[in-house]
Amino acid sequence: MQQAEVDMQTRDMKSKEDKSMENNKKGHVEKYVQIDSNRTKRRILLNVLAERLFSLSTLFALIVLGILLYRVGEQGIGWINLHFLTGRLSINPDKAGIYGAIIGTVGLMVIVIPVTLGLGVATAIYLEEYATKGKIQAFIKVNISNLASVPSVIFGLLGLTVFGRLLNLGSSILAGGLTLSLLVLPIVVVSSQEAIKAVPGFLKEASYGMGADKWTTIRKVVLPVALPGILTGAILAISRAIGETAPLVVLGIPTLILKVPTSLMDDFTALPIQIYYWTLDTVLTPEYANLAAATIIVLLVVLFLLNALAIFIRNKYQRSY
Amino acid sequence: MNAENENKLREIVYDVKGLNLWYGEDQALKDINMKIYQNEVTAIIGPSGCGKSTFIKTLNRMIENIPSVRTSGEILYHGENIFDKAVRVEELRTRVGMVFQKPNPFPKSIYENVVYGPKIHGIKDKRLLMEITENSLKSAALWDEVKDRLNDNAYGLSGGQQQRLCIARCLAVQPDVILMDEPTSALDPIATAKIEELIDRLKADYSISIVTHSMQQAGRISDKTAFFLMGELIEYSDTVTIFSNPLDKRTEDYITGRFG
Repeated sequence: MQQAEVDMQTRDMKSKEDKSMENNKKGHVEKYVQIDSNRTKRRILLNVLAERLFSLSTLFALIVLGILLYRVGEQGIGWINLHFLTGRLSINPDKAGIYGAIIGTVGLMVIVIPVTLGLGVATAIYLEEYATKGKIQAFIKVNISNLASVPSVIFGLLGLTVFGRLLNLGSSILAGGLTLSLLVLPIVVVSSQEAIKAVPGFLKEASYGMGADKWTTIRKVVLPVALPGILTGAILAISRAIGETAPLVVLGIPTLILKVPTSLMDDFTALPIQIYYWTLDTVLTPEYANLAAATIIVLLVVLFLLNALAIFIRNKYQRSY
Repeated sequence: MNAENENKLREIVYDVKGLNLWYGEDQALKDINMKIYQNEVTAIIGPSGCGKSTFIKTLNRMIENIPSVRTSGEILYHGENIFDKAVRVEELRTRVGMVFQKPNPFPKSIYENVVYGPKIHGIKDKRLLMEITENSLKSAALWDEVKDRLNDNAYGLSGGQQQRLCIARCLAVQPDVILMDEPTSALDPIATAKIEELIDRLKADYSISIVTHSMQQAGRISDKTAFFLMGELIEYSDTVTIFSNPLDKRTEDYITGRFG
């Protein structure tokens, strides 16, 4: 064993220099890894530098976020009160409220959540569990990933053409919700696929081994294990849908709606749209900037609450087994 | 074959006739002919890559989960060819249970693991399910260790306990045959001894086929031993005969540790 090791080293040495070969014969090996304290110092310094650089990068994002939150908070927090949350839109900034926009956003979610979860998870199950692995399946997968990177304006145009015009849904909540669903569907599909793929094969084998069919196995083994992952993806997707503005603008959501929507077929406004229009109109009425800031706070709070709820559900599921 | 004469009285569970199996272009099993008998432990030994795991996974058609697999020949299970179109794998696997190399309990409670099989086969009665749980866990020699924590997650158990839970889960479906694919290879010697003891007790009610890397294990627990080499069944006989007086030189070489 030892002899073999020495032989190996001898072979390595041969190419280096003859001198060390001579040493070998005498039974001790000259070390070719030398400790160079200058080099070591340099490397350690480089490490410290790298650490600083990376922490600064992290700090950069945090600082920008901090500035944003501070600016928005300072400008908007004073404008948030019960009237702002429950009041209708108004040309007079002091009287304006975002009740309609809140209802509009809730309405959008009523469409987006079931449509994306249903279609997204079903697609992911099909692609991962049922579709025969091959070129066609790979092609579909690549294109779903591609869809996820299509700009949202283009989805807006698609929604306008198909839902707005072709199906004659106009700029209703239904049209907006379906458009946003299309937009975030690829995200849900891809993340659900990842979650399903991550379910260990040996768990599925155990189920098949007891005479379970595929659907039973998916329902009772794959989906429960994949659920936290699926929910994480869904949270991301829904957050994105709530914050999206461009597709709704393209869909032609009216600037000012004084009527609060009562059905999914009604015209509507949503929180990000409201932020967008109020910001545009700041030129005319400076106070609108404060209203926009206040609405941003509300939107952020809604997003944080949604995330918290989803995380809560996820943890609860994880704990139950 | 020796085995055949001695076991005229024992019922044949599996009659494998001219079985060939390919992974894509590579042939993994070559013309296997072999009978497996009721209430016996049949050990399948051989070096890595000899096709022993492939063979056992063919007996419940688990191997077909690998996309490129092709087979020819017949496997008669109680006289019926399992490759027949009329045979549903779900029904075959209900009668032929399997225990895997790595303990693979579901990330659910101990109770939920055991009742998984009965539940998917339509049993809903809570009291019956509890009864099944108790009986299965007792048969798998795990009841005393877990009876107070049936609702705990199965992943809290030790590796050996998890494997016995997997055996209990398999027994809960009331199979006729249990296929075991190196069930102790991930376990320590004490846990292994417990599983071996268990196998010895279970053969009164079940027919067990076990793949093992350990010749000592085959010698300890099996009635018959089949020696596989490079996809071929080299020798199949009573375990005593195989270990004391093998007919084939290659069997002797393997058993005496000259290769493998």
